[in-house]
Amino acid sequence: MASLDQEIARVQEEKKKMEQQLASLNSVVYDTDLYGGTDRDAYVSSIPVNEDEDAMDAMDSEVARKLASYTAPKSLLKEMPRSGEEDDDMGFKKPQRIIDREDDYRRRRLNRVISPDRHDAFAAGDKTPDVSVRTYADVMREEALKREKEETLRAIAKKKKEEEEAAKGQEKDKEVAAAAAPKRRNRWDQAQDDGGAAAKKAKTDSDWDLPDSTPGIGRWDASPTPGRVSDATPSMGRRNRWDETPTPGRVADSDATPGAATPGATPAGMSWDATPKLAGMATPTPKRQRSRWDETPASMVSATPLPGATPAAAMTPGVTPLGGVDLATPTPGAINLRGAMTPEQYNLLRWERDIEERNRPLTDEELDAMFPQEGYKILEPPASYVPIRTPARKLLATPTPMGTPGYKIPEENRGQQFDVPKEGPGGLPFMKPEDYQYFGSLLNEENEEELSPEEQKERKIMKLLLKVKNGTPPQRKTALRQLTDKAREFGAGPLFNRILPLLMQPTLEDQERHLLVKVIDRVLYKLDELVRPYVHKILVVIEPLLIDEDYYARVEGREIISNLSKAAGLATMIAAMRPDIDNIDEYVRNTTARAFSVVASALGIPALLPFLKAVCQSKRSWQARHTGIKIVQQIAILIGCAVLPHLRSLVEIIEHGLNDENQKVRTITALSLAALAEASAPYGIESFDSVLKPLWKGIRSHRGKVLAAFLKAIGFIIPLMDALYASYYTKEVMVILIREFQSPDEEMKKIVLKVVKQCVSTEGVEADYIRNDILPEFFRNFWVRRMALDRRNYKQLVETTVEIANKVGVADIVGRIVEDLKDESEPYRRMVMETIEKVVANLGASDIDSRLEELLIDGILYAFQEQTSDDANVMLNGFGAVVNALGQRVKPYLPQICGTIKWRLNNKSAKVRQQAADLISRIAVVMKQCHEEQLMGHLGVVLYEYLGEEYPEVLGSILGALKAIVNVIGMTKMTPPIKDLLPRLTPILKNRHEKVQENCIDLVGRIADRGAEFVPAREWMRICFELLEMLKAHKKGIRRATVNTFGYIAKAIGPQDVLATLLNNLKVQERQNRVCTTVAIAIVAETCSPFTVLPALMNEYRVPELNVQNGVLKSLSFLFEYIGEMGKDYIYAVTPLLEDALMDRDLVHRQTAASAVKHMALGVAGLGCEDALIHLLNYVWPNIFETSPHVINAVMEAIEGMRVALGPAVVLNYCLQGLFHPARKVREVYWKIYNSLYIGAQDALVAAYPILEDEQNNVYSRPELMMFV
Amino acid sequence: MQASDRFNINSQLEHLQAKYVGTGHADLNRFEWAVNIQRDSYASYVGHYPILAYFAIAENESIGRERYNFMQKMLLPCGLPPEREDD
Repeated sequence: MASLDQEIARVQEEKKKMEQQLASLNSVVYDTDLYGGTDRDAYVSSIPVNEDEDAMDAMDSEVARKLASYTAPKSLLKEMPRSGEEDDDMGFKKPQRIIDREDDYRRRRLNRVISPDRHDAFAAGDKTPDVSVRTYADVMREEALKREKEETLRAIAKKKKEEEEAAKGQEKDKEVAAAAAPKRRNRWDQAQDDGGAAAKKAKTDSDWDLPDSTPGIGRWDASPTPGRVSDATPSMGRRNRWDETPTPGRVADSDATPGAATPGATPAGMSWDATPKLAGMATPTPKRQRSRWDETPASMVSATPLPGATPAAAMTPGVTPLGGVDLATPTPGAINLRGAMTPEQYNLLRWERDIEERNRPLTDEELDAMFPQEGYKILEPPASYVPIRTPARKLLATPTPMGTPGYKIPEENRGQQFDVPKEGPGGLPFMKPEDYQYFGSLLNEENEEELSPEEQKERKIMKLLLKVKNGTPPQRKTALRQLTDKAREFGAGPLFNRILPLLMQPTLEDQERHLLVKVIDRVLYKLDELVRPYVHKILVVIEPLLIDEDYYARVEGREIISNLSKAAGLATMIAAMRPDIDNIDEYVRNTTARAFSVVASALGIPALLPFLKAVCQSKRSWQARHTGIKIVQQIAILIGCAVLPHLRSLVEIIEHGLNDENQKVRTITALSLAALAEASAPYGIESFDSVLKPLWKGIRSHRGKVLAAFLKAIGFIIPLMDALYASYYTKEVMVILIREFQSPDEEMKKIVLKVVKQCVSTEGVEADYIRNDILPEFFRNFWVRRMALDRRNYKQLVETTVEIANKVGVADIVGRIVEDLKDESEPYRRMVMETIEKVVANLGASDIDSRLEELLIDGILYAFQEQTSDDANVMLNGFGAVVNALGQRVKPYLPQICGTIKWRLNNKSAKVRQQAADLISRIAVVMKQCHEEQLMGHLGVVLYEYLGEEYPEVLGSILGALKAIVNVIGMTKMTPPIKDLLPRLTPILKNRHEKVQENCIDLVGRIADRGAEFVPAREWMRICFELLEMLKAHKKGIRRATVNTFGYIAKAIGPQDVLATLLNNLKVQERQNRVCTTVAIAIVAETCSPFTVLPALMNEYRVPELNVQNGVLKSLSFLFEYIGEMGKDYIYAVTPLLEDALMDRDLVHRQTAASAVKHMALGVAGLGCEDALIHLLNYVWPNIFETSPHVINAVMEAIEGMRVALGPAVVLNYCLQGLFHPARKVREVYWKIYNSLYIGAQDALVAAYPILEDEQNNVYSRPELMMFV
Repeated sequence: MQASDRFNINSQLEHLQAKYVGTGHADLNRFEWAVNIQRDSYASYVGHYPILAYFAIAENESIGRERYNFMQKMLLPCGLPPEREDD
């Protein structure tokens, strides 16, 4: 490269010379007027042949090289620069809103209505329920009505469609259209057509438009009253986007508008009609970035529920920032009072205020302060000047701020609290804009006394909830405790009417939901049977948690429902959930089934069995049967092998579903059977006897999805069978499976693969059968390139093939796919490689004959060389596995493999080089087995030459490869010799990349351990200094290796120098560094005997510096821990030091000294050092009254150590003086010591208890102990 | 217990201790402690066969009788509890 550069430079030089000669001949070559006076040398006079050259040059340049040595985790380097708006809140991760990560299905939870309270039959006793109370019968009737309505609507829609098709091209029949599909009609028309309705609409509208200081809360009941319930039915027509974010629990009210009888004609459209003037203010092009509609809190949406095509109104801030904000000075207080504001509006205001603050005109005082007093004159404003009087402009002008003269060192902004929530008035936590609709009324400064007791209670609850939701941790804690303690006092109704709507808030965040759910949990526990009327409400809110993608949310949901069912009892739970079982909405049925499974696991399956049986046999609706069977499935999934005792009854309950008339029911039944079989594996086959026949009939008669489900069930049942039956049934089902091999359906493919795997792995299936009947079709249909493209297919296919290989052996499988290692599709090659790797790793390579071996190595080499990307290291692992399995048989191929490796080590791509180095470390052991030491030495030299590698990942791998070679061939035979290798490693120790550090320190440690004598002591000292830096590493493994290396080095060159370095390091500030240093000192002491270290260490204690002394004590503590019994020779030496430390004023001194005493005592137990230990115990004992947790912990442990070393009797004697001390504080501590003593040595204490004197009628003496023979 | 004590390791220690019968606390009285001592002693005698044999020789009883006696004595080792003065 360098020589080429020189040559180019030379050629350019010559060219320049020739040009100059030419220029001297005719001097007007370069027109400076035209081209400017630039020097032509600044131009690039040659064009690089390809782009890479540029990059190479850049790497050669000094700056780039320096930059390259700055490394960072790849995730940081590769991170894409994000757009500005996300960077607004730097530093902290923005709390995640639940709704943002939900899919459409999960978002359907917001469609549900928090139903009104229900009748509690238990509480009412024999009384006939009041008419106003909703009973179970009412709810069931409503459900039936709803279903009927749904069916009618569907029928109407169908009819309408037919008619529409019939009347295509003709005039519309208006009446039918108005009744059936108002959605399709233009709303403007409708409003004009229907004058009477418009008037009514205007009325409802005005209600919304009123500027209301108490928005939301005051006006609506938390839940609709029973009277309105019939309107509360969310019909199918309502499932458009606008209705997805109504205020939860108030859907009913929004529907209650007169004239809203037809679905689809929500009040939304009407409010728009009634205030057309809004449109004038807004731009007619709706600006829709990330569908703002879904984000806006409920009240805003219902105020301006504009269809997508309608222009955005003034209320949407993104379009008209000022129009909607009708306040002159948007102070935060005023905003508070305005109530419902979207977060966007709020942010916008904040931002606007900020900008205005910066751009405001300068005042006279500010100008005075800015300019010097002399030399300037203040001019009169010209006579024609008229200040702006337009009110619109005035709006923007903020009141003049206090003067800010010139530059001021920016003061810390007290108002800016980064993670601490802001305070609201009256000690309330900061409210987010979307909270105002729930908590807004708290801000009304009303006189508490004037409120009725009920209102006061409500206020109190709201206050506490707000504190729980938004408050600081201490606030939250006390509020939570108050809510719990007073739960019964507040009553279930008011509590749940406040909490549940909050949980339906569309903008809820994970943390908030967690806290609110916690509130429910605690409150439930207290309220117990009082929750009964609210069970359904709670379920509506909690059920969605069961299908949350967050595992912890699911667990939380289960816990709540389980507690709820324990509190309310089975009857209430069933009464509450029964109506939902045949709900028209699949979402509701799904969540209900899951909730029911939780109830079953909480109250026991037997209790639920009769009900489940009834549901699964429901004649009326297939939905009920479907849900019932699904409940069984969920139970199996939830409680796993605990279904076994009830397996037979569960199977009996659902078995008739296999012959159900409805296809969905048949499918879910088969899936439930699969879940039951999976849960009960490997037991319980006898319970499935009754379903075997229908299942086998089913797989012959069904097709498509149902067949897939049936096959799945069979796949899970076959592994439960005896070998004989399993083989019979496998042969039966295999016919179908082989037919379905060709199915184009992805889902079917996956299930078929899974079933094949399950069948093949059962005991009774013989290899011959698989080889002859399954393999040909299997390979023909599945081992095709397309299968490698889908991740899940790929995995399943590999698993199944490995399972088959376990039965038929390596040669069959590998023989069939080995040719495919040279396939042209890379993903396919990778799949082949992964399969071969797993098969060979499982079963070894003894089956592979020489011909296959040749093919295999050839294929692997091809695949390895042809790969373009290998992030999962499949090729590398495969190569390693095969080479290791073949062992000595690889010898003939090793030169070729090494050639490949060497070639690839020289590759331009860093990934390739890294992989080559990794491969060396994988096959080093095998190379040794093949006696290819010379080859390895050669590779060592090659690797040594690549130590200048710039990519840290690659460098790490190269070091790893060197380490592998050194490990295998030993220090003496290593080429390059250790004395050359190590000095080359010293600078690499400076590298801050984790992988480099780890591999480098491992290698250095290895050399220090085995071959320290090859390197001069001076070099080791140099390495010692580098090692100190490595103690800062984040990875524990690196720190541990470093500390061990200190020990090896100290052993090699004597501890003095190493110790001096380490002792100096005790003075550094960083705690982690000091801790590691103390550990290193202890290790040095262990490897070089304590007497070489202790004098210097104890001398260091004389340095009057806290850190150093503590470091010394800590080293002593570790030291005595490591040396154990050896400590008995040194205990007298260190006792004076420990005496001093145990009397020190500094807590940490005493703490560390106490732990040193503990280790010492434990080490020398039974070695005759009692005198010194008792002496130390006398110094430890006065510390028992310490309150700092760490200190008291250390002291207690020291006393425990003493118990072991001195025997419990001695410590008991220390204890007895305080057990009945008049001061409780003293007694408490002494009893604590007594208790740990008692637990540690109960039996041994019997002999040491004091003699208690008898009292009047109580005998305390123990005469047995006085007996003497 | 102080508020700060409630969450640290020591509270766990005390919780752990409280799980064992025979551990004590600051409000334990002489009688209760003595009962614990007596029961522990009898349990220890019964548990160590050589001691049991020694007592049997000293009292001229069979070892089984000794064991039975000790077990019986564990019921009310110190007699009935004294009347509480206040509370």
